Amino acid sequence: MTAIRIKRVAQKKEMVAVAGPLQQFEIKPIAEMEIAGVDVSFTNSSLMMVIVVTLLTFFLVGGIRKGSLVPGRWQAIVEMAYEFIANMVRENVGREGKQYFPFIFTLFMFILGCNLWGMVPYQFTATSHIIVTFALAAVVFLGVTLIGFAKHGLGFLKLFAPSGVPAPLYILIVPIEIMSYFTRPISLSVRLFANMLAGHIMMKVFAGFIISLGTIGLVGQAAAILPFAFNIFLTGLEILVAFLQAYVFAILSCIYLHDAMHPSH
Amino acid sequence: MELEAAKMIGAGIATLALAGVGIGLGNIFGNFLSGALRNPSAAPKVFGNLLLGFALTEAVALFALVIAFLILFG
Repeated sequence: MTAIRIKRVAQKKEMVAVAGPLQQFEIKPIAEMEIAGVDVSFTNSSLMMVIVVTLLTFFLVGGIRKGSLVPGRWQAIVEMAYEFIANMVRENVGREGKQYFPFIFTLFMFILGCNLWGMVPYQFTATSHIIVTFALAAVVFLGVTLIGFAKHGLGFLKLFAPSGVPAPLYILIVPIEIMSYFTRPISLSVRLFANMLAGHIMMKVFAGFIISLGTIGLVGQAAAILPFAFNIFLTGLEILVAFLQAYVFAILSCIYLHDAMHPSH
Repeated sequence: MELEAAKMIGAGIATLALAGVGIGLGNIFGNFLSGALRNPSAAPKVFGNLLLGFALTEAVALFALVIAFLILFG
């Protein structure tokens, strides 16, 4: 008798906990493809990136299509985004960093778009996968290193030996600087991916609390208002984090670019 | 000890990094507030740096989370 009841409770629990908090990150192929033995399927992650790029293009091109001197609401938002990044590049890279503005702007808008699109219910966060963020960070890292060597030749290596340090300390500082340089792509990518992952897991865990509280009677249903309220707060926090992480990714790319332009200080 | 139990304990220990992150976040916001109250007109200028510091510190906590996940599922 008790065994049957336990079994029934277990079944009920299984029915309630259909989706674990990690299930939302599952990649499902939509159109399976294979080129030379490499799996290049068009997945739900690729679909989300295509949607984000389409929406961003529509948003940016549509906003400045009229290009009036006194901007309307739509044009004002697009100009604000442009000026925000233009100021960031000017302050952190300097005047000669202007030629890299299109790259930084694209990077920022793409990451921001992916992060925000992940907040839409039933959608997928492309930036919650380390491979996507690592690809972005690797482009930044390789680009910055190439720019540094192209601009300064071997003088770029001065980056690893900062001036104004007592000579004996170089034994200690040079390895540390080299280490910190090569961990840049890892920390840059893990920061973005872990933020997105942790935020979405936290929201799913609290959503799970609502459902499991709802199954234990009237008191539980009344108490479920607490995780529900917290989830509303978390949604707001996640939108803030989506902006913040895109901003941090862009500003760190600017700082790395500045290092490549002026390696001697 | 069973491997599964050891993994769980290890993942729990990995979250100890949160102690340092808590101290760091408290430092950042506490120092920002005390600076902003002394000189309110300078506060908006460093707000961007505040957010940058917040995000960089918060990332350390998330590195610990990633390690905990690697221990549990890796």
